[in-house]
Amino acid sequence: MDLNYTAEENAFRAEMRAFMKEKLPADVAAKVASGEPLAKADMDMWHARLNEQGYLAGPWPKEFGGGAWTAVQKHIFDEESAYFHAPRVVPFGVGMLAPVLQAFGSKEQQDYYLPRILSGEDWWCQGYSEPGAGSDLASLKTRAVRDGDHYIVNGQKTWTTLGQFANKIFCLVRTSTEGKPQQGISFLLIDMDTPGIEVRPIILIDGVHEVNEVWFTDVKVPVENLVGEENKGWTYAKYLLTHERTGIAGVGASQAALDALKSAARVEMNHGRPLIDDPLFAARMARLEIELMAMATTNLRVVAGADAGAAPGAESSMLKVKGSIIRQQINDLHRRAIGPWAVPFVSEDLEGNIYHPGPDYSARATNTYLNNRKISIYGGSNEVQRGIITKAILGL
Amino acid sequence: MDFNHTEERRMLADSLRRTLERGADWAELADLGVLGALFTEDEGGFGGDGFDLAVVFEELGRAGCVLPVLEAGLAGGLLADCGKTDLVEQIISGALRATLAYAEPGLRYDLGPISTTATNGTVSGRKSVVGGAEGAGLLIVTALHDGAVTLFSVDPKGPGVTLMTTPALNGGTVSEVTLDAAPATLLGNADTLEARLAAATLAVCADALGAMETAKAMTLDYLRTRTQFGVPIGKFQALQHRMADVAIDMEMARSAVINLAANLAADPRLRDRNVSAAKSLVGRVAHLVAEEAIQMHGGIAMTEEYALAPISRRLIAADHRFGDDDWHVQRFIALGA
Repeated sequence: MDLNYTAEENAFRAEMRAFMKEKLPADVAAKVASGEPLAKADMDMWHARLNEQGYLAGPWPKEFGGGAWTAVQKHIFDEESAYFHAPRVVPFGVGMLAPVLQAFGSKEQQDYYLPRILSGEDWWCQGYSEPGAGSDLASLKTRAVRDGDHYIVNGQKTWTTLGQFANKIFCLVRTSTEGKPQQGISFLLIDMDTPGIEVRPIILIDGVHEVNEVWFTDVKVPVENLVGEENKGWTYAKYLLTHERTGIAGVGASQAALDALKSAARVEMNHGRPLIDDPLFAARMARLEIELMAMATTNLRVVAGADAGAAPGAESSMLKVKGSIIRQQINDLHRRAIGPWAVPFVSEDLEGNIYHPGPDYSARATNTYLNNRKISIYGGSNEVQRGIITKAILGL
Repeated sequence: MDFNHTEERRMLADSLRRTLERGADWAELADLGVLGALFTEDEGGFGGDGFDLAVVFEELGRAGCVLPVLEAGLAGGLLADCGKTDLVEQIISGALRATLAYAEPGLRYDLGPISTTATNGTVSGRKSVVGGAEGAGLLIVTALHDGAVTLFSVDPKGPGVTLMTTPALNGGTVSEVTLDAAPATLLGNADTLEARLAAATLAVCADALGAMETAKAMTLDYLRTRTQFGVPIGKFQALQHRMADVAIDMEMARSAVINLAANLAADPRLRDRNVSAAKSLVGRVAHLVAEEAIQMHGGIAMTEEYALAPISRRLIAADHRFGDDDWHVQRFIALGA
C-alpha cells in the first residue's frame, strides 16, 4: 500500500500547473469559479489552447496522435483543471465520440473526423435520450430506414447538451425492431446542417439554455456515416459509457466547490462573526469535507485499478452515486451559506439581466444549486446506477 | 379535540382554490376576502387567527400565487398596531399595496442591529431583499430614532428612495431599497414587530405546505403515468418507499404548522419556540420534497417549461425567508427547554 504519486506523476502535475498558470485567462477562470455560463468563444479558446499543447488528445492512444495518458495522469489533469477553475473540456467529441471511432470506426472515419475534433472544426453533440427513452435508453424510437445509399431518419432526441453550438451529432437510432430492443440500435453520425433537422432550446430550472431538443424529419444520412455494424450501436454506446468513467466522481469539481464555499463562509457574517465559526455550519462543512476526502481515495482506488488493467465497471456507478451526492450537498450548503441572498433570483436567459444585489459569492449560488440537481439524473440516474450496483456487485 | 378547520375557513379555502385555479388578480383576492382574512375584527378584518393565515397561505402556496399577500398582511398588521385603521382598511379593500422593509445587508436573518436612521422627518440607510416593493404604494421602514427601533412610512416613489429590483426565487420580486434622506412619517414603536414576523413566518410555512402538496401531487401523477422498462415507474419499490418517506415528512410538517398556528397568540416564548420548531422543520421538509420531486421526475423537472419548476424554487426559497433551518434551530435552543 502506497498512497504517494510517483516522481513521474508529480512531474506531470507540475507540468499541468505551469500550463494552467500560463494559459488560463483570469476572466474565464472567474466565470468558471462563480458558475456563470461560458460563452462559446471561451470554450473554443480553451479547446484550442489545450490542443496546441497536445493535452486535448492527452488520453488518446499514440496511434491517433494522443498522449496515451494513464488513468492517473487523466485524473491529475482533471484535478488541476478544477483547482485552477479551467473550463471543462467539452466532452462530446474528444472524450465520447473519439474513443468509439478509435475502437469501432472505419479508417476513413478515423482519418476524417479525429483531426476535425481536435482542431475544433467539428463541434459534436450527443443524440441519445428521447422523451420516451430516458433511464430506459434501449426503448429509443428514432428510426433510421435504409433507402439506397442513405438512411432516412425520423424522430426526436432530447437533453442535447450544447447542441445549439454543434455542427455534428452522433445518434443512437433504431434500425430494427426484431429481437431485444438493444439489438436493433445503430450508431449514426449526422451533419446538423442536413435539411429536416430542427434544434429547439430547452431552458432549465436555473434559467440557462444549456440543453436542446433535436427533431429529425426525413433526414437523409449517407450510409458511410454508420459507425461499425448496423444493429451493433448498443455495444458501442456501452463502450462509450464505461470508457472514461474515472472522472465521473467529480472529485476535482467538488473540491473546487468546497473551497469556494469555505471562502464564502469566511466572509459571510452570522450574528456578528464569520459563518465559518458557527458550530452548526462548521459541522455541516466538516462532514462534507470528511466525505470528500474518502471519496478522493475511493476514486483513486478505481483509477489505479484501471491503470492496472481492471476495466472500470460497476465501480464507476458507485463513484457516480456518491460523487454526485457530495457535489450536490456542497452546492446545497453554499445555498444555505448565502442566507437571504438566495432569494433574489437572477437568470440571464429568463430575464435578460444579470444584476444580483448580493456579494459575488452569492450571485450564482442558487442557480448552481438548482442546475446541479441534474448530476444525479443525467448519464444514467442514480436510481439506474444503484440498480447496476445491486446486480453487478451485490449479485442480488 | 378537533383537527378540522371551521366551516367558514373550509369555505374560504375552497373558493380561494377555485379562484386561484382560474388565475386571480389582486382585486379578485380582495373581493374574495383573502386580505380581510388576515386581520382581526378589531383591525377591520374578519379573521387574523393563526388558522385563518394557515388556510389562506396553504392555498396560495398550492397555486404558486406570486401576489404579495404575505407582505400586505405583515405591513397591514404593523399599521393596525400603530392605529392606522384607515390604511388597514385600504389594504383590505385592495386599494393600497404596502410592504415592510426591515432586513439589512449583512445581518443574514437577524433583526438587528440595524443601521438605518431617522432624523428630521427623513430616513437614511439600506434595506435588503424587500418583497413586493415594486408596485407598492407604501413602505414601512424600520429605523433608529433616538436610539430605538421605530416604524416609519415612506413613499417608495418619493424622493430619496431607490429600488433595485430582481425576480424572487419564490416568484414575484424583491428589491434592494436605498434610502437617502427620504421623507418619512413616524408611525409608532416596533414593539409588535416580532409578533408580526411570527405571523409572517407561519404564512411562509403554510405556503410551503401548499407548494409541497402540489409537488407531491405532480410527482405521484408522473409516477403513475411515466413508463420506462415497460411499466409505470411508480411500480419500482425504490421510488415507492421514497415517496412514502416524503408523505410521512409532509404530515410532520403539517403538524408543525398546526402547532404554530395554535400558539401564534401565546406568550412570546411559547410562540417563538413553535415558530422556530415549525420553520426549521418546514425548511428541511420543503427542501427534501423539492429535491425528491425533481429526482423522481428526472430530466423533465429540470426544465423551466414544466410546471414544477416554480414550485421547486418556491420550496427552496421557503428556507431562506424569515430564517433558515439552522437559524431557527439555534433560536429554538436559545429559547430553552
